[in-house]
Amino acid sequence: MKTDELMLKVENVSKIYKLGEIGGTTLRDELQRLWAKLRKKEDPTKKIGAKNYNKGEKFKALDNISFEVKKGERIGIIGHNGAGKSTLLKLISRVTGPTEGQIHLNGRVASMLEVGTGFHPELTGRENVYMNGAILGMTKKEIDAKMEDIIEFSEVRQFIDTPVKRYSSGMYVKLAFSVAAHLDSEIMIMDEVLAVGDIQFQQKCINKMKSVSEQEDKTILYVSHNMNTIRELCDKVIVLDHGKLIFMGDVEQGISIYSLKDHILRDQIELNQQRNNVYSLSDIFRFKKIKLFPNSKQSSNMKDSLCFIMDYSSSEQLSDVFFRIVVYFANGPTVGMTCTNKSTIIRKTDNGHLKFNVDLSCLASGVYTLKIYAYGLNSQNVTGYFDVIDENIVFVEIGKEEINDVTWNHARWGHVKFNELHVNEED
Amino acid sequence: MEKQKFKTTITSKHKLFDLHLKETFKYRDLIWLFVKRDFTALYKQTILGPLWAVIQPVLTTFVFSFIFGSLAGLKTADIPEAITFNFHVPSFLFYMTGTMLFTYFSTNVNKVSKIFIENRGTMGKVYYPRLVQPISASLSNLIPFIINFVLFVIVWAVFLITGTTSMQVTWWLLFIPLVVLELIVLSIGLGMIISAVTTKYRDLQMLVGFGLQLWQYAAPVAYGLTLISLSPTWGDRLMLYTCINPLTPIVTTFRYAMFGFGYFNWIPYVVSWGVSIFLFFIGLMLFSKTEKNFMDTI
Repeated sequence: MKTDELMLKVENVSKIYKLGEIGGTTLRDELQRLWAKLRKKEDPTKKIGAKNYNKGEKFKALDNISFEVKKGERIGIIGHNGAGKSTLLKLISRVTGPTEGQIHLNGRVASMLEVGTGFHPELTGRENVYMNGAILGMTKKEIDAKMEDIIEFSEVRQFIDTPVKRYSSGMYVKLAFSVAAHLDSEIMIMDEVLAVGDIQFQQKCINKMKSVSEQEDKTILYVSHNMNTIRELCDKVIVLDHGKLIFMGDVEQGISIYSLKDHILRDQIELNQQRNNVYSLSDIFRFKKIKLFPNSKQSSNMKDSLCFIMDYSSSEQLSDVFFRIVVYFANGPTVGMTCTNKSTIIRKTDNGHLKFNVDLSCLASGVYTLKIYAYGLNSQNVTGYFDVIDENIVFVEIGKEEINDVTWNHARWGHVKFNELHVNEED
Repeated sequence: MEKQKFKTTITSKHKLFDLHLKETFKYRDLIWLFVKRDFTALYKQTILGPLWAVIQPVLTTFVFSFIFGSLAGLKTADIPEAITFNFHVPSFLFYMTGTMLFTYFSTNVNKVSKIFIENRGTMGKVYYPRLVQPISASLSNLIPFIINFVLFVIVWAVFLITGTTSMQVTWWLLFIPLVVLELIVLSIGLGMIISAVTTKYRDLQMLVGFGLQLWQYAAPVAYGLTLISLSPTWGDRLMLYTCINPLTPIVTTFRYAMFGFGYFNWIPYVVSWGVSIFLFFIGLMLFSKTEKNFMDTI
């Protein structure tokens, strides 16, 4: 029973932290710093060995993120450490404010960013249920009505009137989770809360979340590094990478992008020299390093063409080398292939550079991977490979104008966007 | 696509007074739970329990009466006429007023000023209107104050009934709630200012404990106002002395209302209300400005 009602709309949200001077300073430090700056000396309060950040250098924890969540959707948020997952959840749960942009919410948000938030060790389990519920925005009446369910679900009935300082950490989690799970909130936010409970309880929680979401149409945002729980609970994922939203959509696709994240073409990728491919003719020619062309945007959102420099080594001069690039959609189906029509001459060198320019104007926005082949043709026109990069190089094709504000639907439209369709009235 | 209305919008923009008063009211249950928590947690695993709320100020009062009253021989009077006409107030009651009011003031400033630092664990995880914290802190500090006040009133009534004192019951007693209200407003305001600044600069936190200790001697807590008005150097500057410290009119007015005579002057009283309200609004403004992003700097 999914409706089209939006529960959450994130619009161009960025969160910027200033480097080097985040909090913890005393007035004395600040004055010292000012004094040093006036005399053009080095900052005396700086940690020894700390990287010298320029004044005002900023770190974008979140970089222009926009997405929408509909009612009843269960969204998994994945990304490696430092990708901005927790920052995003903090912004949505209003713990800290965005630097730019807006977040619209439709309903109460219950955040379970950490286990037992607001539990006071001296109070009993029951008292803490009241406390925790109230912190999460319930009134006493609402908590009273749900008290029995909460105790039942938490499996700690025996200890409910014991101060929680005597609880084991597992009991803590169980109680905290069951308070949050019984909340009357429309949006639930969970950040790795389940990590502490035992497997049975984790399963119970996931089932509970699922049933709550299906029956009461609650919207769930769930952050985890455990892909199995993501698969089980979520019907959509958001993949964050270095503060950018690189993917939103199908769970499996998102997870495969996440697992490829190491190879996202950002600055450069050092290629693994241990090739275990069966194609290679010899060790004569080797790709060494792939480097995004400096003129392209650093973030690899190229508009129409992907431009990169490939470092190589070759122990002989080769005269008939062809290159081929195969593009896949998010480590999945092949999208297409492009190759050089004329052969390239490769010098004998330890460190040569080849500039690749791939025209990608026909690709719809999305996440793609590519493989690069260097091959030659013998007299019988049989292909022999010099070198093949079989690691997946991931690149993200975003920032293209969307057609009429519609996000590209890969499942229905494929991955190729042809040139504009022209329709004219025929006289 | 039609535009949808949203209930809440979080932006980077900031209004001068972003108080979320309506929301704070919705969280009134939380305020009470915080008060209850503070109270139970404070006296858990103690034998005497809430009796501790009485013991501290009573002992302080005794020490004051002994040192300032008996040893130093300071007169327990706020106006010279009281000495001339020999109005008699039991020194225990006289010193009790000062310690009672000042204990509330200092504990409240202290507690409110530490709100962000002490609750960053919770505040860093969940959103609730942050204003809930200073409100509940001030309320829970009011409990020991009320216990003290009840004790005070009992002793006061005993003295009145036995008639061994020149104290009188007057209509001024109705003024007491107003005086206490001002005390609350002043201490919350000051506390909120400090709490906002300490999220970035911890220096002020050091200053608070020390400053409050000194402040006690800047107000007629441990002495009567006659110490000033009869002093050869400060006698002429009584008005300056009473105006400059908003706590002074609070203490003297409280005594005036309880004892039926003493020092009362509208000018310092109004000035002190003005200062209290001014500090309160500055505090609110800084607090609402800080609460949004303090997690990044704390």
